[in-house]
Amino acid sequence: MSADSIRETVTKIYEDINSQSLEKGDVLINTLHAIQDHYGNFIPIEAAEVLKELTGTPLSKIYEVLTFYTMFSTHRRGKYVIRICKSLPCHVTGGQEVVDALKNSLEISFGETTGDGLFTLEETSCLGLCGVSPVMMINDEAYGNLTKERVSEIIDSIVSRERGE
Amino acid sequence: MPAVENTVLICAGGACISAGEKSVKEVFEDTLKKYSLETVVRVVETGCMGACDLGPILVIYPEGVFYQKVNAENAAQIVEEHILKGRVVERLLYKGDTGELKTKPQEELPFFTEQVKIATRNLGVIDPLSIDEYIARDGYFALHKALFEIGPEKVLETLKKSELKGRGGAGFPTWMKWDFTRKAQGDTKYIICNADEGDPGAFMDRAVLEGDPHTIVEAMTIAAYTVGAQKGFVYVRAEYPLAIERLTFAMEKAREYGLLGNNILGTDFSFDLEIRIGAGAFVCGEETALINSIEGKRGIPRVKPPFPANKGLWGKPTLLNNVETYANIPPIIINGGEWFSQYGVEGSKGTKVFALAGNVKNTGLVEVPMGITVRKLIYDIGGGIPGGKRLKSIQTGGPSGGCIPLEHLDTPITYDNLKKLGTIVGSGGMVVMDEDSCMVDVAKYFLEFTVEESCGQCTPCRDGTRRMLEILERITEGEGTMEDLDLLKELGENIMATSLCGLGQTAPQPVLSTMRYFWHEYEAHVLEKKCPAKRCKPLMRVVIDKDKCVGCTACARVCPVNAISGAVRKPHEIDPEICTRCGSCLAVCRFNAISKVSP
Amino acid sequence: MAKIKSLEELMKIKENAMKGLKMRDSGKKGKIIVAMGTCGIAAGAKDTLRAIVDSLDEKGIEDVAVVQSGCFGLCDVEPTIEVHLEGADPIIYGHVTPAQAKRIIDQHIVEGKVVGDLIVKKGEL
Repeated sequence: MSADSIRETVTKIYEDINSQSLEKGDVLINTLHAIQDHYGNFIPIEAAEVLKELTGTPLSKIYEVLTFYTMFSTHRRGKYVIRICKSLPCHVTGGQEVVDALKNSLEISFGETTGDGLFTLEETSCLGLCGVSPVMMINDEAYGNLTKERVSEIIDSIVSRERGE
Repeated sequence: MPAVENTVLICAGGACISAGEKSVKEVFEDTLKKYSLETVVRVVETGCMGACDLGPILVIYPEGVFYQKVNAENAAQIVEEHILKGRVVERLLYKGDTGELKTKPQEELPFFTEQVKIATRNLGVIDPLSIDEYIARDGYFALHKALFEIGPEKVLETLKKSELKGRGGAGFPTWMKWDFTRKAQGDTKYIICNADEGDPGAFMDRAVLEGDPHTIVEAMTIAAYTVGAQKGFVYVRAEYPLAIERLTFAMEKAREYGLLGNNILGTDFSFDLEIRIGAGAFVCGEETALINSIEGKRGIPRVKPPFPANKGLWGKPTLLNNVETYANIPPIIINGGEWFSQYGVEGSKGTKVFALAGNVKNTGLVEVPMGITVRKLIYDIGGGIPGGKRLKSIQTGGPSGGCIPLEHLDTPITYDNLKKLGTIVGSGGMVVMDEDSCMVDVAKYFLEFTVEESCGQCTPCRDGTRRMLEILERITEGEGTMEDLDLLKELGENIMATSLCGLGQTAPQPVLSTMRYFWHEYEAHVLEKKCPAKRCKPLMRVVIDKDKCVGCTACARVCPVNAISGAVRKPHEIDPEICTRCGSCLAVCRFNAISKVSP
Repeated sequence: MAKIKSLEELMKIKENAMKGLKMRDSGKKGKIIVAMGTCGIAAGAKDTLRAIVDSLDEKGIEDVAVVQSGCFGLCDVEPTIEVHLEGADPIIYGHVTPAQAKRIIDQHIVEGKVVGDLIVKKGEL
């Protein structure tokens, strides 16, 4: 990823989003989402500099937004970001056991990425799927009614799919 | 999850229960547990099957074997013979003319009959991707009525008569918000829909956006017409990708049909919508933080006043309601304000969607008239507590709310009543907790949430909640003192009095509320170093009963830290120094020999 | 699609769509509605949907439409599906795993017999 290619990509994404918006400018958050989707689960820090020039927003304000929201990351994350719910409804229906099972089977803790670069484990507040708790999301896909066993099945199936490719 | 091999229907009609069915089901489930069959056999309580004279009756699928006059004693036998060994218990078989049951399904179930669906009227009924099906259910007729028949003044009057209050938590009269924004000076005005549903345990907004997105488009368009706005934003949390997808599609379709965009329904009224996506910050559910976030900034709350109705998005008059509130608007416009206010009770009119979660049988969404009692909601509609456990308390209003203990189960749910109990209706999340929940642990859990989600702008919230959490951690580790409890209370009250926004002003609620109703649990942690629910790991131990243990070694094999020792066919022992209290051994013991104790 | 400008045009769409919702004059024998809210999907509704489509294909059944809806609220029994055959009360089934979905197609769609043990609700929502 050269600085030039980042500049080109970020500029294009910003212009796209800005042109579709009802109010021009002030589309920083939607832009950051699109940049993150483009690079796959992270935002290269160089993008901030480009956005500063495009939007005229001071760099400090861009960093502020980039670091305030938990879903943005400037560190490279795994191909699959696992976000496990740590809120009360999941807690009272056996969530802790599921969290432990995930940590054990991936051998990582919250905020860490597996050695093969496949998985990053994060905690999240309520995902609004309490009817099928405990729950987690892997990228945009939701998984409910989790148990220790189901967690290993899900992880194993992703791993074997990745190895097969 | 292991596949379910058998389904067992047990009649739970009035006649069968009176004939002793309750204990049959309990015995049945206990026996299943004894043989670790509870995951492969599903026990379903049915409505009356219409064979009361033979009751209690029981049917086992897939074979469809029909047993009659089952009692506690032969229920255990049915498990041991039929389920475990696959042998039909001949002497209990139904001897009538036909084995075919009149399946009279649960249309009488209170889960369905007690509900009055207004905001959730279309959920599960229509295809969310079909604008035609939405129209088939009177969709966009309210918009037509507002534009062509009644006009803005009448819309406001209808809302006033309906007595609809904001369903997002604060419970402010909706018509007043609309009226303030309508009267505010300025040519440019905005409409916002708060779809940043974040309260743990609440998920009605997600369900509405995913299942009936057009109702939001229609309601916001009516709002725009009423207050004189040209543009609107739906702020959806990024955790709801499917909601974003379906809403985006709905907006496109509405534009195609001329129901959104320029010259709506051929008039000179134009209004358009855009989705702005959150990025994982609970505080953005607070209206002024949400406005900052839409503007592309850090989601930190602003000082009020000025209120958004006068100075909101980009400093312009802005109307902000949440998803559930908007979902009520089209039916109210069509049917009139009095129609809505016929439901509910004084001060809390209409219906409210509640999300049942936690240790309750029928987890899910229910829409009921306000004023229903907590007991009815949990036991009749929610189906009670699973696993034969006892209810302990119900947490309402998420991290801004408190708990309702057993002694107040018969309280009708209204904004005022719950406030008196020290909690709030909030967005309608109800987390049901059984006897295994430790209320100190629950309070700590919420504080962890607040500490994580505090935006950091004002000191009482940022630092105060952190100090409260530290005290709660000490207590759950057995290091707390009675002075800590006083300090906890004092800190809580100070934070509530001095924080800038709703998040801080309510954050200590879960702690103060549990201290009010479960003081004895706090005392037990502090004075006796005991966790009565055996939940706080430092205050409990896992032990093996020597008399019950047969030395099968199942526990020793699953223990991840090798804390269990003992020879084959000899009683085993757990070393408390090594044991992490993970509970894996408890799950595998078939002899009920392992239990948690709080010394 | 021409833009709607009058109540009559709105009524016309309503009447046409009602036929589909009520299963009248749609030219189909019936439809299967799969609840596809995120909660349903999290409980496995996508696999259930796939099993239904495959099973219908396998049996060459073409006059049963498969459509999706949002969540009707009873998350506890997800995945849920509704089987709506012409001239009969709709039936909502719960806990519909792919295997159970195949059973429902075999018994309910092919043989016309309601699958008693999976019923959550009979009749309109």
